[in-house]
Amino acid sequence: MKRFLVGIDGSDCGDRAISVAAAQARAADAELVICYVIAWSPYTFSTPQENAERHRRREEELEAAHSKLLEPRVAGLKASGMAVEGVARHGHPVRTLVKLAEEKDVDVIVIGRSGDTPLKTRMFGGTAAGLVQSAPMPVLVVP
Amino acid sequence: MISNRFLLACAAVAAPAASAAQDGVDALIDRAVTPLSDALSAAIFYEIPLPFIDQGIPFIVLWLVFAGLFFTFYFGFINLRALKHAFKLVRGDFTPPEAAGEVTHFQALATALSGTVGLGNIAGVALAVSLGGPGATFWMIVAGLFSMSTKFAECTLGVKYRNEYADGTVSGGPMYYLSKGLAEEWPALAGVGKVLAIVFSVFCIGASAGAGTMFQTNQAFSQLINVTGGAESPLAGYGWLFGLIVAVIVGLVIIGGIKSIARVTEKIVPIMAVVYVSAGFLIIGINIELLPAAFAAIISGAFQPEGIYGGFFGVLIMGFRRAAFSNEAGVGSAAIAHSAVRTDRPVTEGLVALYEPFIDTVVVCTITALVIIITGSLDPTGQIAGVELTSRAFGSVFDWFPLVLLLAVLMFAFSTVISWSYYGLKAFTYLFGEGQRTELIFKAMVLAAVVLGSSINLASVMNFADAMILAMSVPNLIGVYLLTPVVKRELTAYWSDYKAGRLKTYR
Repeated sequence: MKRFLVGIDGSDCGDRAISVAAAQARAADAELVICYVIAWSPYTFSTPQENAERHRRREEELEAAHSKLLEPRVAGLKASGMAVEGVARHGHPVRTLVKLAEEKDVDVIVIGRSGDTPLKTRMFGGTAAGLVQSAPMPVLVVP
Repeated sequence: MISNRFLLACAAVAAPAASAAQDGVDALIDRAVTPLSDALSAAIFYEIPLPFIDQGIPFIVLWLVFAGLFFTFYFGFINLRALKHAFKLVRGDFTPPEAAGEVTHFQALATALSGTVGLGNIAGVALAVSLGGPGATFWMIVAGLFSMSTKFAECTLGVKYRNEYADGTVSGGPMYYLSKGLAEEWPALAGVGKVLAIVFSVFCIGASAGAGTMFQTNQAFSQLINVTGGAESPLAGYGWLFGLIVAVIVGLVIIGGIKSIARVTEKIVPIMAVVYVSAGFLIIGINIELLPAAFAAIISGAFQPEGIYGGFFGVLIMGFRRAAFSNEAGVGSAAIAHSAVRTDRPVTEGLVALYEPFIDTVVVCTITALVIIITGSLDPTGQIAGVELTSRAFGSVFDWFPLVLLLAVLMFAFSTVISWSYYGLKAFTYLFGEGQRTELIFKAMVLAAVVLGSSINLASVMNFADAMILAMSVPNLIGVYLLTPVVKRELTAYWSDYKAGRLKTYR
């Protein structure tokens, strides 16, 4: 069975990417993986207070990503009869999406070109470009 | 809610500061603190007489250097043989991808380093070289290498006996391994462990307010005055205002929970460190032909020093002393910072902590010393010492450097205050229980210390602070000695797993 991966960031553009991916997946009778990457780097500097609370915050971030971003979208698509899975992970957006794509052996990565704020556009515009350059499978960029 | 609480805290700080600016209060505090300060200093800095020479070695220096030697031999030169493996741990080779989002080895090390790298590396080295000659550098490096083993032992224990709470937060440090660790390992000494933990916490609170806060703002302000024109500086006499501004910023971070300020500092601090080290390398590179002579001066100065530097033992003690003061190995503070890491093998964090004295003392301090020696800034009369000497040495090549150094000192001071306020808070909540109210009381005390530190000049309070931070090493190291078998067990099990290739790599 074919599998498509779509990366979202909570913006409208991410939702457009989902609808494009869903249409394609439906046509190809593929299942869909929706991923939200929580930007995180192992090499940042933080205060001791932040470090002490890090584990709790990580759980909260994952919980929020699932309940606010992934579940509503996954539920909507499931209702229409598709096989959909929601994944939230910490890491560098491009590297994390590529890694997940390899793990799940997906056929296509679908990604939006811009975010909902100028900063996010820069970050996620970068994500689309980064995926185009480094993903070992086809990438579909949604404007 | 938050802003209300914050305003209250500010008001609480401003009141004593305003009155402390008057001379009467200075003298009053001075009189109250002096006997206490003198007694503690006398015990901590008690000079043990050495045979054949007219100079003694301060008790606390011997205490810390002996610990470094003991742990280095006991753990079979772990400080040298594990460096390569520790680097791989810091790089994340052994961190599973599922742990993304947790505190990494790198982050724990970086946090601990930003608490120790600071005035000790800039001012302390200059002091050592001006009082002990180039040879003091050699002994400082030697002491730094040995103290890596002390850090290894205490940080392993910090992770091993930390508390992990149901809400997902962690807290660790000497107070937990002294109480929990001793009770587990030596049931007969459970009571002793509790007492040691309480004594440690009391010293830690004192050190947090003194060396961690007052000393920092005091030195930051005096560097600000130096750069803006010394005694004629338009800022002279406005220490209380400087203190208030710093207190507001610190308060926004530790009470208001404004993460962005801390985040900005935490970004600038490593940049400053990189700028400082690169400038040092550049100066050494420009004068590369002088490097062999500088090393020769360091080696010959270490073994056959000139008379003015107090002879062989004088130089040796000066080097050992500055190393002990700069990297805080044995003090126990780093064990608090390192304990937040996410790992199921406590010994891995101990190995990562080896890099702390290495970077702090062996790398940064050596660069400072080499720059001072190579640029010929050493003042034989000893009139120019401390930050001023470092400033002069770097400034002789880059005339804009004193300004960068000012920024570096301000940033290092700020991040040290943030780190130490957390160490003190952990000791305070250990003694008086966790809770919003207890935390707020302590944080208000830290803000008061920030203002007091820059607005009044109390030699006795400063001495007291100095003695307090080193006094922490007495209860801490007693506990670490008693718990060395635990560290040894952990290390042996881990090292055999590593050598047999049973550790999973993810890179």
